[in-house]
Amino acid sequence: MRNVYLDYSATTPVKEEVLKEMIPYFTEKFGNPSSLYDKGLEARDAVTHAREQVAALINADPSEIFFTAGGTEADNWAVFGATDKLKEKGNHIITTKIEHHAMLHSCAFLEKHGFDVTYLDIDKDGRVDLQQLKDSITDKTILISVMMVNNEIGTVQPIKEIGKIAKEHKILFHTDAVQALGNVPIDVKDMGIDLMSMSSHKIYGPKGEGALFIRKGVRISNYLHGGAQEAGRRAGTENLTGIVGFGKAAELARVHFDEHVKHSSTLRDYLVERILNEIPDTTLNGTMEERHPGNANITFKYIEGESILLLLNQFGISVSTGSACSSKSLEPSHVLVALGVPVEMIHGTVRFTVGDFTTKEDIDYVVDCLKQVVTRLRELSPINEKKGW
Amino acid sequence: MALYNDTVMENFLHPKNVGELENPDGTGVYGSPVCGDMMQIQIKVDNDIITDAKFKTFGCGSAIASSSMATSMIIGKTVEEALELTNKQIINELGGLPPVKIHCSVLADKAIKNAIYDYAMKNGKKYAALEGYDPEADEDEDEHGEAEE
Repeated sequence: MRNVYLDYSATTPVKEEVLKEMIPYFTEKFGNPSSLYDKGLEARDAVTHAREQVAALINADPSEIFFTAGGTEADNWAVFGATDKLKEKGNHIITTKIEHHAMLHSCAFLEKHGFDVTYLDIDKDGRVDLQQLKDSITDKTILISVMMVNNEIGTVQPIKEIGKIAKEHKILFHTDAVQALGNVPIDVKDMGIDLMSMSSHKIYGPKGEGALFIRKGVRISNYLHGGAQEAGRRAGTENLTGIVGFGKAAELARVHFDEHVKHSSTLRDYLVERILNEIPDTTLNGTMEERHPGNANITFKYIEGESILLLLNQFGISVSTGSACSSKSLEPSHVLVALGVPVEMIHGTVRFTVGDFTTKEDIDYVVDCLKQVVTRLRELSPINEKKGW
Repeated sequence: MALYNDTVMENFLHPKNVGELENPDGTGVYGSPVCGDMMQIQIKVDNDIITDAKFKTFGCGSAIASSSMATSMIIGKTVEEALELTNKQIINELGGLPPVKIHCSVLADKAIKNAIYDYAMKNGKKYAALEGYDPEADEDEDEHGEAEE
């Protein structure tokens, strides 16, 4: 059976070149980067090199890159580190309703501990309203955190404009760029970003590795306490192989950026066009402009997402869904709720994300299978256009 | 490894009793698309015996599998026997459901009771098990399994 992976926003395979770079650091070059003999220095050099590779991808200085155990730790560090450092100045955070749970649940925790959080709405295109952002700022606001690219609907936020507003009000600005990295151009200087979360496994690097960009001069409290690694700001022996892999993946993402974006968006556009034209009662969530190049988020009316996912899985196809039934919490996607998609339609929503290893033949196969799956489930469904919801 | 066991998958991939009856003796609907699952079950009753049952379901894999299993379980039973069917029996026949999916079996149980209720109302039949029965009552709330965090 054919195997088609269309869930690149969930995770990506590690590229061969990346793995090749990592392997010696498991066995021969296994030294602790903190050790002072040659074996340690060799490892430290590798970490330094990886730091340069990651910095180059986002136009940062290598000294502004701090490796973490992934995007979630970076988000947690940014929000807890910033609020702890600035708690004397204020207790107000502004973020959005469509952040990743790493941010939303961290904010919910802070709300229990005396902080106030404003969650900005998004419009029908999936973007925050800059006026609402400005209106939400008070003299107690100490942090603005807005994700660069949404993981479900792929919409890109006006980060540069938000950075400008934050700067005008002298408020720290954090962005979760986990989905954006390697997929949209990022220039931390030009965009006025103070703190930025990144993850390795979304850009064909290994899992369990990420980084927080902290602009030079920005002070936030430490989150992990212990040894003096990462310039004394993030304790714990470095995940050497993970860092080497992340560095290589970042370099590949930088060198092949245009190619990657063109390949992804061409196939994504083809997928969206075929689905919307050939399968009735389907809608695209979010706009095609200013969108993650690989993301397509589509509602299949009158049927439910987990059923679609399971039947596609029978054809060897991997996708994800915003349906409540597929989540352990039984809650429908908070992003699609914020976008204003009716709940009954959220249950029938599927996210497809294409990537570097996707081919046109894959897309043709997926559309063919989708037609069968959708027809079959609609025959099973008591709801249809005539009967209504 | 899989989300569901083989029996659930079999009932999901090859559901039995899919469709609608031409002249059903009773129709029951339960759930709503907003909740993420909705089931319609129709029955044919002859001499107080359920001779046929069909379903249509909007919902996840376990909702479809529960519909298939539940309709199979009532065909050939007397109305009174069918009324005794519980969601636990449906789960047992399916060989178990993940905790967060328990409510899917409740849905099937309720849709069947609603179909029988409809039959009883139309035919002036009285069944002890339907005394004070409210087809709209939402019993689903208490039946959710413990969600894993």
